[in-house]
Amino acid sequence: MSGYLLQQIVNGLTLGSLYALVAIGFSLIYGVVRLVNFAHGDLMMIGAFLTLALVAGGEVAWAIVPLIVMAGGFVAGGAIERLAFKSIRGAPMITGFIVTLSASVAIQNLGLMILGDQPRNFLFPSVFRERLEIGPVSLGVIDLAIPAATLLLVAAVVAFVQRTRLGIAMRAVSENPLAARLMGISLDRAVLVAFGLGGALAAVAGLFWGGKFGQIDPLMGFVPGLKAFVATIIGGVGSVGGAALGGYILGFAEVAFVGFMPAEYAGYRDAFVFGLLILILLVRPQGLFGREEEQRA
Amino acid sequence: MTAGSPASSRRLSQLQALVLLAVLLAGGVALLEAFGSGYHRTLAALTLINVMLAVSLTMTNGFTGLFSLGHPAFMTLGAYVAIAFTYPAGRKSFAMPDLPAFFSGIEWPLPAGALIGAIAAAAAARIVGISVLRLKVHYLAVATLGLIIIVETLALNLDGLTRGGRGLTGIPRSAELWLIALCTLLVIVGCWRLKHASVGRAMLAVRENEMAARCFGIDAVRLKVTAFVLGAGIAGFCGALLPHVVAVMTPNSFGLMLAFNLVAMVVVGGQGSILGAVFAALAFSLGTEGLRPVEESLGLYGLTQVVVAVVLILVLIWRPKGLFGLDEPLVETR
Repeated sequence: MSGYLLQQIVNGLTLGSLYALVAIGFSLIYGVVRLVNFAHGDLMMIGAFLTLALVAGGEVAWAIVPLIVMAGGFVAGGAIERLAFKSIRGAPMITGFIVTLSASVAIQNLGLMILGDQPRNFLFPSVFRERLEIGPVSLGVIDLAIPAATLLLVAAVVAFVQRTRLGIAMRAVSENPLAARLMGISLDRAVLVAFGLGGALAAVAGLFWGGKFGQIDPLMGFVPGLKAFVATIIGGVGSVGGAALGGYILGFAEVAFVGFMPAEYAGYRDAFVFGLLILILLVRPQGLFGREEEQRA
Repeated sequence: MTAGSPASSRRLSQLQALVLLAVLLAGGVALLEAFGSGYHRTLAALTLINVMLAVSLTMTNGFTGLFSLGHPAFMTLGAYVAIAFTYPAGRKSFAMPDLPAFFSGIEWPLPAGALIGAIAAAAAARIVGISVLRLKVHYLAVATLGLIIIVETLALNLDGLTRGGRGLTGIPRSAELWLIALCTLLVIVGCWRLKHASVGRAMLAVRENEMAARCFGIDAVRLKVTAFVLGAGIAGFCGALLPHVVAVMTPNSFGLMLAFNLVAMVVVGGQGSILGAVFAALAFSLGTEGLRPVEESLGLYGLTQVVVAVVLILVLIWRPKGLFGLDEPLVETR
């Protein structure tokens, strides 16, 4: 295998990990409230800036920064749910959409107001920026750390959803909210945990994003968030494993498009991703691995 | 309602309302042309274009219950197509070298160019719509957001037609205020007629309960395509007018934030209410313009948009149907 190909595989793995982390949140939230949370991508931005603030202080040990960022993401995700979505639960779907879109616009513009529109440089400690030469491939330590951490997190979330009481409660709500409530499951808690967990994963994705690309700004979350939603659709909305897989498929597809098409097409990568979205929605709206939902009167 | 009943006596008849609207628009244009400054005329033009956009989106989204965010995509398309026809012929080879030779000699007046822009946008909506409109609500929202990004990406990269990120400048300021006012009148009246004709009623039936409507033999998909295509056509037309007001066009002139603001106007007015959309668009345009000095003096850029978003969330929590719901205030509807 040529070095170039290996390099592209590493790139796809990194980008795919970022999409996977955000896509899982979309999937969890959609599962419990049947809502696409447009504000989800902006939690990435919050996570990135939280990291920057922690690192700029310089007093927090690096090992615990991701933990604090995830806790912050959990709180932010939960806060969005409590402030904006809780009062409209049960409203028509379109209302839900408009509220999530409003929350997204409000977060972005609050970011602009507080942080200004200039991108900030984002530096990981030097350990992560070191490059390893493995044969013909030059790897940043970060390129290995991101997929490794992602796999760990995905495994943890899957275990949580499959094994714990709260995870089982979330799955029950996702299957049938009414029956779940009759069984004594707290809808509020299941929804809060889904938003919080999604927020934590998105925030840590923001940390990785900053580390990988080196620059962050208040509007950085929206388009990657939409792309992660594309990944969710590819994997089939509503399953954690499917969303993660969709993230990797999209990451590889995007990297392949940029890496193997003539250079003048590289600018079209976003058009390619969303073109792919429309194509998949047409051919297989339930996603590559999802089941079709029955429509009843 | 009969003309003499007490409930309707306080409402204007449709003819009275039409005359009143025409007089208001004509009077406003005359006053602004006589006494207004350039700033006032530009503000009025942008406000009226917002009114048209909000009314057209209330037709697409409000009547049939779709949730399209794609207006800015069709506006961008309409704008670039129109500019290809109206841009000064002498400068075309410099600014748009990739334009086919056919265009190099022509320099059409704005109404013709804008109409072609509208047709192009409607045709694109027709092609996209046949497939995308079969999707469920939340997929449609994301797919149309994707459409905005696709169009923006294309416009950024097709350098020889759009000058890419540098944008096209020197577009003739040929969108006269009276022309925009006339178009506004036509759009409002046209959408009003549509809403109260059998097609419009069928659309509203689809919005209320698609499955029930289909059981009555209503072709829901066809009606959705119709609403989508008509809305996109008006959006394309407005998109064509706008650069001829401000003389500049860039690939991100019409972006995601505009999509959100248009939805905000439609929702606040009441999804499906034409006059509601008109009032909401007026309030939005003048309100944000009024907040701009505050934003600048405090240095808090983004404040206006935060206010719009918060107001929208509050409206949805406290008054989920918007100001007027599906109803039309002040005017008899039959």
